[in-house]
Amino acid sequence: MKIYAALFALLLAVLSARGENRFPMPQFESGYAMPAAAEPGAHPGLFEALDAAVLLGALSLAAWLVLRRRSRRGVLLLSVFSLLYFGFWRRGCICPVGSIQNVALWLFDGGYVIPLSAAAFFILPLAFALLFGRVFCAAVCPLGAVQDLVVLFPVRIPRHLARALGFFPYLFLALGVLLASAGAGFMICRYDPFVAFFRLSGDLAALAAGAALLLLGVFVARPYCRFMCPYGVLLNWMSRLSKWHASIYPDECVQCRLCERACPFDAILVPNSSLVPEPREKGARRLTALLALLPFLALAGGWAGASLDAKLSANHPVVRQADALKGAPAASGSFKSKMLESFALGGGKAEDVRARAAAVREKIRLGGWIAGGFLGAALGLGLIGVSIRRSRDSYEPDRGECLSCARCFMSCPREHLRLRGGGKIEPENGGAHGG
Amino acid sequence: MAGIEKYGAVKLVTRRGFVVGALRALCLTLLGWLGGAAFLRWKCLGVDGTWACGACPDRAACRFAAALPSKPASGRRMVWQLDPKKCIQCGGCAVNCVRQPSAVKCVHSFEMCGYCRLCFGFFQPGAKTLTSAAENQLCPTGAIRRKFIEEPYYEYTIDESLCIGCGRCVKGCAAFGNGSLMLQVRHDLCLNCNECAIARRCPASAFSLVPADRPYLFKPQAGKGQP
Repeated sequence: MKIYAALFALLLAVLSARGENRFPMPQFESGYAMPAAAEPGAHPGLFEALDAAVLLGALSLAAWLVLRRRSRRGVLLLSVFSLLYFGFWRRGCICPVGSIQNVALWLFDGGYVIPLSAAAFFILPLAFALLFGRVFCAAVCPLGAVQDLVVLFPVRIPRHLARALGFFPYLFLALGVLLASAGAGFMICRYDPFVAFFRLSGDLAALAAGAALLLLGVFVARPYCRFMCPYGVLLNWMSRLSKWHASIYPDECVQCRLCERACPFDAILVPNSSLVPEPREKGARRLTALLALLPFLALAGGWAGASLDAKLSANHPVVRQADALKGAPAASGSFKSKMLESFALGGGKAEDVRARAAAVREKIRLGGWIAGGFLGAALGLGLIGVSIRRSRDSYEPDRGECLSCARCFMSCPREHLRLRGGGKIEPENGGAHGG
Repeated sequence: MAGIEKYGAVKLVTRRGFVVGALRALCLTLLGWLGGAAFLRWKCLGVDGTWACGACPDRAACRFAAALPSKPASGRRMVWQLDPKKCIQCGGCAVNCVRQPSAVKCVHSFEMCGYCRLCFGFFQPGAKTLTSAAENQLCPTGAIRRKFIEEPYYEYTIDESLCIGCGRCVKGCAAFGNGSLMLQVRHDLCLNCNECAIARRCPASAFSLVPADRPYLFKPQAGKGQP
C-alpha cells in the first residue's frame, strides 16, 4: 500500500510538472458539438430589496398593531407571517441577529463591502426600537416568532436567576463582534439554533439544540431571546430610550393587579411607591461602592479577555494554518494534514503565514481587552441598575425587557372598557419619560 | 402634569426626559450615519476594492447621483464560490454544506477535457475493464455519464441531480488528466448563508465571496488566460 502511494506521488509530481492539458483537445471528425458547462445564475438581487421592503412594512405594521390597535391577535398573525417569510421562505438568512457581525466586519475591515440588505436589517429594527420599543421582537423576528408560538405553560423563573442568565447575551455579543471584526468567522450565525429548522436541513447537533430550546420554551418563555440573543442587547438599550412604548393599560392604571401575572417574560414592573424606602445613606454608600468597583470589573474583564487570545484566535484560518505548520507531522486524513497539503499546493512561505498569524493574534488580543472590558463594565452597570430603585405608582412594562408582545393588554379591565366603548382612547402616557 | 399639558403652551421636560431624548437623538443620528455610510460604500466602491466612479479625484466633478444606474445591481452582490486552484478535494464540500445534498457540484469544463478513453475521473484505479460497469466507476453515486463519440474519444457529463460534490472525480482528473473536472458552488442551489458552513471548515481556505455577476471560478485554460 505504501509503495502504491509513493508511486502515485511520484507520478503525480512528474505529471504536474508538465503543466495542464496533458491530453490536448481532440480534433473530432464526426461533427461532435461540444456542450457548454452549465453556469446557473445566482438568485436575483431583487430579493434583497424585497426583503428590506418587507422588513420595513412588517415593522411599521407591528408598531401600529402594538401601539395603536393594541391587538394581540394582530401581533400573533404578523409573527406567523414573519416566521413563514423570513424563516421558512427566506430560510433564516439574512436576519438582524447575524447582521451585527456584517456591520462589525465592515467597520473593522476596509475590504469588506457590506450587503445593503444586511445594513438595512441591522439598522431598521434598532431605529424602530428607538421610536416604538421592541416591536421587532414582538412580531417580525422569525427566531422570536417560532419561540413565541410554543409559549404554552410559562413558569416564572426566579428574578435573580433571570438576571444572572441575562448576562449571557452580553457575552455572546462581545464574542461575536470580536471574532467577526477580526475576520475569524461569524460565531453568532454558527450558534443560531433555529436556522436549521428554517432550512429543513442541518447537522444533528443544530437540530437537537433547536428542538431542546423549543421544548424548554414551552415552560420558559422565549429562552433564546432572553438569555442568548446578542441583538436583544442592542434592542434593549434602544428600547429604554424609546419615544413611544406599549403600555399595559389604554388610559390609566387602576392598580387592580390583574396584569401582574400576565407577562410570560416577567417584564412587568410593579408599583413600589407604597413600599418603605431604604434609608438614603445606605443606598448612597452602596452606590458609591459599586461605582468604585466598576473600573476594577472592567479591567479584570479586559485582562481575562486578553488572556484568552490563544483560544479565540484559533478560530482564524490563518492562525490555524500557522499552528498546523508549527507542530509535528499530522496523521494522514486529519484536518491538519489536509491543511498542510493545501499549503504545499499554494507554495507560500511558512514565515509569511507565521507573521500574518502573529498580527492576527495581536489584533485579537487587543480586541479581547476591549470585549472583556465591555463585559466587565456591563456587569458593573448591571449591578448598579439592580441596586437603584426608581419609584413607580403604576404597573409599567420594563422598557428594556418588554418584547411588546401585547399579551398583557387583555388582562387590563380598562382595555375591556375601551373595547366595549369602541371609541379610541388617546394614549396619554405617550412620552412617559416626561412624567 | 398631564393636566397642565392639556391647556397647551406649557411643556414640561424633566431632567431625565431631556437626557433620554438627547441620547435617542444621538442614537438615531448614529444609525442614520451608519446607513448612509453603508449605502455610499455599496454604491461607490467596486467589488474588487476599487472605486467604481474612479475615486473622485475632483470632488466637485463627482457624479454621485448618476453613478447608481451605471452599474448593475448584481455586481454589488457577493456570493460564495470556491477557487479550484486552491481546492485539494478533501471531500468536505459533500458533508459540510447546510444543504443535503450539497450545493457544491462537480462541473465539467469541456474545453479543457481530453476526452480520454481511460478517464481517471471516471474509472476506479486499477479497473479491470474500461466499461461503465458499476464496479469500475469512481463516482459513489454514478453521476458521471460516459458516452462514446468516435474512436478513441469519450464524452463525460455530470448528472447534477446525482452529484454530491465529494470531489473524487476531480481529484483523479487533477492528478492524471487535464483537470477539466472542478468543484463549484451552484448558485441555483446555494442559500448564500451569511457564514458559509463549508468555507468555515475548508482546510485550503478556498472559499471566498465573489461578485454575483461573475459567480464561477473555472480554472483558466492552459495558454488561454482567463475563461
